[in-house]
Order: sequence, then C-alpha cells, then structure tokens
Amino acid sequence: MLTNLGLLINAMLISTPPLLLAALGSCFSERSGVVNIGIEGMMTLGAFVGAAVAYFTGNGWIGFFAGGLAGAALGLIHAVVCVSLHADQTIAGTAINFIGPGFAIFLCKAIFENSSDSPALDMLAKLPKMFTNEKGVSIFPAGSFQYNVISTYSVAYLSFLLVAVIWFVFYKTRFGMRLRAAGEHPEACETLGINVYVVRYICVILSGFLSGLGGAFVTLATVSQFRPAVIVGQGFIAIAAVIFGKFSPGGAFVGCLLFGFCNGVKSLLGGSNLISPNLLSMIPYIVTLLTLIFFVGAGHVPAANGKPFVRSK
Amino acid sequence: MKKKILDSSLLYTLIAIVIGFIVGAILLTAIGVNPGEAYAKLFNGVFSKPKFFTYSIVYAAPLIFTGLSVAFSFRTGVFNIGAEGQYVVGSLAAAVIGILCPLPPVIHAIVCLLAAALAGALWGAIVGVLKVKQGINEVLSYIMFNWIAFYLSNFVVNLKAIHTDQGAEASKNILASASIKMPAAVAKLTGCSDVHWGIVMAIIAAIILWFVMTKTTFGYQLRAVGFSRTAAEYAGISSNRVFLASMSISGLLSGLGGAVQLLGMSQRIPQFAAQESYGFQGITVALIGATNPIGCIFAGWFYGAMKYGGNKLTVIQVPNEVVNIIMGTVIIFIAIAPVFKSILTKMTTKKEAAK
Repeated sequence: MLTNLGLLINAMLISTPPLLLAALGSCFSERSGVVNIGIEGMMTLGAFVGAAVAYFTGNGWIGFFAGGLAGAALGLIHAVVCVSLHADQTIAGTAINFIGPGFAIFLCKAIFENSSDSPALDMLAKLPKMFTNEKGVSIFPAGSFQYNVISTYSVAYLSFLLVAVIWFVFYKTRFGMRLRAAGEHPEACETLGINVYVVRYICVILSGFLSGLGGAFVTLATVSQFRPAVIVGQGFIAIAAVIFGKFSPGGAFVGCLLFGFCNGVKSLLGGSNLISPNLLSMIPYIVTLLTLIFFVGAGHVPAANGKPFVRSK
Repeated sequence: MKKKILDSSLLYTLIAIVIGFIVGAILLTAIGVNPGEAYAKLFNGVFSKPKFFTYSIVYAAPLIFTGLSVAFSFRTGVFNIGAEGQYVVGSLAAAVIGILCPLPPVIHAIVCLLAAALAGALWGAIVGVLKVKQGINEVLSYIMFNWIAFYLSNFVVNLKAIHTDQGAEASKNILASASIKMPAAVAKLTGCSDVHWGIVMAIIAAIILWFVMTKTTFGYQLRAVGFSRTAAEYAGISSNRVFLASMSISGLLSGLGGAVQLLGMSQRIPQFAAQESYGFQGITVALIGATNPIGCIFAGWFYGAMKYGGNKLTVIQVPNEVVNIIMGTVIIFIAIAPVFKSILTKMTTKKEAAK
C-alpha cells in the first residue's frame, strides 16, 4: 500500500513540474493580455536545447537553463509579433507551434548526424535527484517510500516553491499589479503612465522562459533524451490547467496537480488493462471543459486578453 | 493601379512566402547546407516527373479541405483551430464504417464520407453550442476537443474489432469497397499508385463554398456577422444561428478532409504518437489562400507540394523540418501584413508627395 502510494506520488512528482512551469508561464502571458497558445512549441524547443546543451556540457542545470532561454527566444518572437506588430495572437501562437518543434528537430538532425533523437543522457548529465551519493544513486533503498518521494528531482520541489514566489509577484508587488491591469484595461494603464508594451514584453518572454524550462525538465528528468514526440500535449494541458485555475498561479497549481495525478494513475496502471490509458489521457481536457461549462464561464478571462493593444497617438 | 496592387492581399502573401524561403535558406546555410541545392531538390521533387506532380496533388486533397474549413469559419470571425480534432473524428468515423460495415462499392464510400461529415460537423457544433449558450471562448474549447479527438482515435484504434491483427500499431485496413482510389488505369497513366478522387471532391467543395459565400443570402449573413456582430443583429440576423451553422459546416469540411485522406490514401488509422497536424496546416492554407475558397485550392496544392517535395530532402540528408519552419514564418508574416501594408503605402504616398 505504502509502496503504491510512493509510486503514485513519484509519478506525480515527475509529470507535474513540466505542466506547472509552463502553466505559470502561461499565467504571466494571459494575465498581461496576450494569448499564448504557442506554449507547446516553446516547450518542444526547450526540451531539445536542454537535452543538447546537457549532452555537451555534461551538466543538467546548464541544460535546464539553456532550455529556458530557448523558450524565451520564441517568447520574444511572439511578443514582437503580438505586442509591437498587433498580429492576431492565436495565429501567431499557431505559427510558434510550427516553428518551435520544426526548429528543434531541424537542429537535432543537423547536430546529431541526421537523427531526430538526441543521444541518451548520462545519469550525471541529467537534473540531479536529492539525497543521492556522488554517483547519482539514492541513499535510500530502491523502491522504498523515501526513495520514491524524497529522493526525487529537486526541480520538482523547486517548481512548487516557485508557485508561492509567483503568487507573491502577482498579488504583492507593483509589477504584479501592473501586469494584471495590462490584461484588464490597457488604456487605463497607459493613462496612468504604465508602459503596457514593456509589461507585456516581459510577461510573454517570461512565459517562453518558463515553458522552455518545463520542456527541458521532460528531457532532463523524465525521458533522458530528446525525441520528436517527447512533448505531446503537455503545453496544451498547461493551458487547460490555467483555464481550470481561473488564470491565477494558485489555481493553475491545483489544476496541474490534478492533471499530474491523472498521469500518475496512468503510469501506475501501466500495462494492466484496467482502464484504457487513452481514456485517462482525456481527463484533463474533459475536466477543463466541464470547468468552463459549470464554474468559470466567460467572466473570468482577463478582459483585454487576445486583443491587440494599439497605443493611441 | 498602384493603390490596387498595394491593397491586394496576394502581394503580401507572396512577400510572406519569399521571406519564409529566405529564413529557410539562412537556417540551411547555418547548418552547412547549400540552400540552392536543397531548394532545387524540393522543386525537382515536385516537378521533374508526372508521378511527383500527381503526388503533390494527392497530398493537397486533405489540406484543401481543412483549409476550406478554417477559411469558412474565418469569414464569420471564428478561428477554427479545432480543425485538427474535426479531421481526426472524420477520419475515425470513416474508418469505423469502412472496416465494420460491408456495403456495395461506391455506396460504401459515400456512407463513409457522410459519417465523416456528420462526425466533423458534430465536433464543431458542440463547440458552437458552448460558445452561443455558455459564452465559452471557442479557441479554448477547440483546443480541448482536438486532444479529446486524438485520444478517442487512439482508444478506438486499440479496440479489438478495429485493431489490425497484422502486428502493427494501427487499425485494420478499410474494406476495398470503401476505397475512393481512382481506377488502376489512372494510376498507371500518372505513375502514382495513390491517386484518388479526393482532389476532385475538394475542388467541388471549394466551388460550392465559393458560391454559398458570395452568391447566397446565407453567405451574406455569414460575412455580416464576421464584420460586426452587433450591426448584423441590428439588421435582424441572428448571430447565434449563424455561428452555429458556420462552425458546424466548418467542422463538416475538416471531417471530410479526414475521410478522403483515409479512404483514398492511408486506408487505415495509425496509433498516433503526435498530432498529424492536417488541421493546423489547414490554418496555413486558409491564410495563404486569403480565406477565399478558390485561393485555398492553390494554397492547398502549394502546401501539399511543400510536404511532398520536402520529403525528398531527407534523401540528400537535409532535415525536411525546414518546411515547417518556412510555413511557420509565412504564417507570421501574413499575420503582420497590415504593418507591411501601412509601411508600403506610406512610402509610396511620400514619393508621390515629393513629386
């Protein structure tokens, strides 16, 4: 029983962080008034760059950070196109979802002898687990509760901590107030001397950075290499979690835990034919739809979300 | 005359495509590939043999359908990013009927197409109902339904009655009676063994759609709602009904796209590892085709040719993902076309003022 619980928590701790990092990013972008459906593409590029940099440097942390930067670069493109050039944000996001994965696999083939998979990462080039010896092996006996729950990736717990940090930024700092205002009423912001463009640029680039980190977590912790299908829908589940959580960091956290739990159950059931894994995979999307239908409605979406803001001259 | 050219969306589309190829060339150069050589391979991969050219048309058929689907929804101001899911349920419905219900040839194919149209329309209509009844942003629910369709398809493919017993991660092949392949003589003539009726259906659909959009009251209502919902309401047009109709028809078209690809080309559904993206590619087709049904035929062929020709790049060890990057760049530059337009217009008016 305890072992199964440990396995379930372990699976959750592995599948939640990528969703959570991307969802927190999505909160920044959406709350500042820029729809970002390119999260998936940003995660995929982050996943590749993370794996490739870790492979060459042998250091998971450098790879992780590089993955974030790759996502941020796509975030910058999205910001230029949506904020400065007033393009339709959904269309721009669709383009990012072409460019991100396309560029990731393109680079992978260019660097790794025309293979769309990057080489498997050495244990020590991955993100570190906590409570391990210098060889990266847990100090707890394999399969024990502590092994599964405590001796896991430190980034998982760090990402939980980040929720509190971002909650603080959103609701207790001047920048947080400005970013929320930019998403509700940009015209009023400008009247008060807040530069909406700058706020939105920062938020969209941050959303790319966090999505890139989320993608890099997948290749640097869960999968140990980049493959074309390594990011399949996580970006969209992250968006779903944000909608589920009414566009707040705390709410998105609850959403990610719930969807991470679904994933945990899925991997725990594994080969057994008790419930089809495909049906389990649908749960995040169905739950989000039901939330939209019964709880959220249209009212909670940031008022200026998706509307290009053109500064009056 | 000059003004007319500057106002034409074709100009900006062509500029966007040229920029897309330039970006692709820069990336190819960066990884040590001669872009001229790669683009020549791409070009020859489409035009050097009748077989290749026919294949590019075969590749175009589903893309024209999803392109029409997105273009049609665009006219009412709805962005059908759910074309992907509607395509998947269309192909799924056609596969289930194609595998499980033996019927006489021709009739079988027609029933499969009808089932696909219905499934796609339903998938779009649900999102429409959520929009008009609950006020739910359609982009969000479209995305959810894309992934529900994705896993639904994988679920059905793994059912015992559907899954192949040939040891592949795919469904059984559809019965021969459901196939829409053209007669063997055509395949022999063109050298393309996959030639099927999908392209003919796609062109007919485009013409019907063009007629509906430009020559009927319904088409007028669609555009009226697309321009201004409140103005349309004031003129006595029920925007809710128009939304529902357009979103259902849009879904129907994507569903048909899934069916023609299945019944004509693939003959079975694989277990998906990732989205096949026909719906998202349809967004590109609609944008390149300037949301005009006839434009979508050419845009669909262009995308089909890029996909088919792009596959040839792997032969010379060039990553064919460059096609995705080019297409993504094209979308971005079409999306920011208004900025181009204002710059170009400013430049020309300044020149004229200087005279």
